[in-house]
Amino acid sequence: MSATHFQLDRRGRLLHFLTIEGLTRDHLIDILDTAESLHGVAERRVKKLPTLHGKTVVNLFFEASTRTRTTFELAAKRLSADVLTLNIATSSAVKGESLLDTLRNIEAMQCDMFVVRHEQSGAAEFIARHVKPHIAVLNAGDGRHAHPTQAMLDVFTIRRHKPDFANLQVAIVGDILHSRVARSLIHALNILGAGEIRVIAPRTLLPVQVENLGVRVFHRPRDGLRDVDVIVMLRLQKERMEGALLPSEQEFFHCYGLTEERLALAKPDVLVMHPGPINRGVEIDSRVADGPRSVILEQVTNGIAVRMAVMSITLGNHARPAGETA
Amino acid sequence: MRDAEPLIEAMADQLRELLAARDIAEPVLVGIYTGGVWIAERLRQSLGITAPLGHLDVSFYRDDFSRIGVHRQVRPSELPFDVEGRHLVLVDDVLNTGRTVRAALNGLFDYGRPASVLLAVLVDRGGRELPIEAHVVGARLNLPVDQQVQLTGPELLRLVIQQTG
Repeated sequence: MSATHFQLDRRGRLLHFLTIEGLTRDHLIDILDTAESLHGVAERRVKKLPTLHGKTVVNLFFEASTRTRTTFELAAKRLSADVLTLNIATSSAVKGESLLDTLRNIEAMQCDMFVVRHEQSGAAEFIARHVKPHIAVLNAGDGRHAHPTQAMLDVFTIRRHKPDFANLQVAIVGDILHSRVARSLIHALNILGAGEIRVIAPRTLLPVQVENLGVRVFHRPRDGLRDVDVIVMLRLQKERMEGALLPSEQEFFHCYGLTEERLALAKPDVLVMHPGPINRGVEIDSRVADGPRSVILEQVTNGIAVRMAVMSITLGNHARPAGETA
Repeated sequence: MRDAEPLIEAMADQLRELLAARDIAEPVLVGIYTGGVWIAERLRQSLGITAPLGHLDVSFYRDDFSRIGVHRQVRPSELPFDVEGRHLVLVDDVLNTGRTVRAALNGLFDYGRPASVLLAVLVDRGGRELPIEAHVVGARLNLPVDQQVQLTGPELLRLVIQQTG
């Protein structure tokens, strides 16, 4: 059974959130609508809901992260859950404890949800398969595989500005090869029926047979950026690169960096997005990152509501009527 | 099937009297999704209240999350006024156990501290499990537990009584 099916219960409801692949339009719309209801919470006097009161959420971060970790933490706190964040790269793993032993120990602390970030593709699914059945597992990024909550916050941000997906042209630019963000986002946009998805990258930074994901491939920004509604710039993942995939950062900026001149090729109301952290002067010019078309910080804010939605939906689907067992 | 419009007229009369007796000149109405919002809009027009209507979704405040999870079709709550110090009228279609009203009150207080909250319901069908009573009631129905009363709308508001289970 693949991660796709493993994350659903017999009635097709989300028990875990491991990948966008294989989900239906209804799943995604449900998450987006729930996130929309949760978005206003931050504007109130009390920025908190009682929904997950009494639940314990553990962030298991085997790989460094600031934005994702803190927004997951805030999301859990705004739903009144207790939250524990473990940066495992710096603790047990170093002392030689196996992943399963780490899991068993944390499980013994009566937790209800694991949020997992790991450098290995498939790590979140592995954990979901080995934890007790009452625990929900959310993938906060696994290797090159998937980053489903990032994809959901991206489409949430797009939908708030441009709800007509059928006529939407989205360009994803840069290091597609190493990007779990790109992979998950392409799946989400396809499921939601986006008009056209383009990827713009040098051949060395594209996965083989990328066309099979349902995208149009461009190698030059001046062809690919024309008249698009949304530009998603990806971070150049230097830490994942092995060998000489690109000549230099300067060269990359020269060929692919988002400058004001290139931005002018897109629609006048284009949205500029980036999952962060941004490498200024590598993927994106500061004037564009901080400019009027940028929604990069909005993405961060929206990440909280989207993560709250996924947490309450998956934990809610673990709920059982009194007396009924799994 | 029963026409709900005359009941809403009766609610409007009671509410008008109550507000006058309490010397509340500028109340704001808050409807609980979905039926409560429809009724609150009718009451707002009937009473000539100019302040915008509040919409409240109580899904995230319900006490049955551990049993049934998040309700489908959650909508954003919108209270387009400052709750702090205001006189609120909370409006719902059916008052039964009182659990929805409990959830709604908790939700309201996360927006601010209102001066007062009145409760107006179209139908009180009894069966209370919490110490909650309505100030304004359109109709009182004594229904067996296996019958459900539901409001349909939003154009023509009608009450439908159905057998459950």
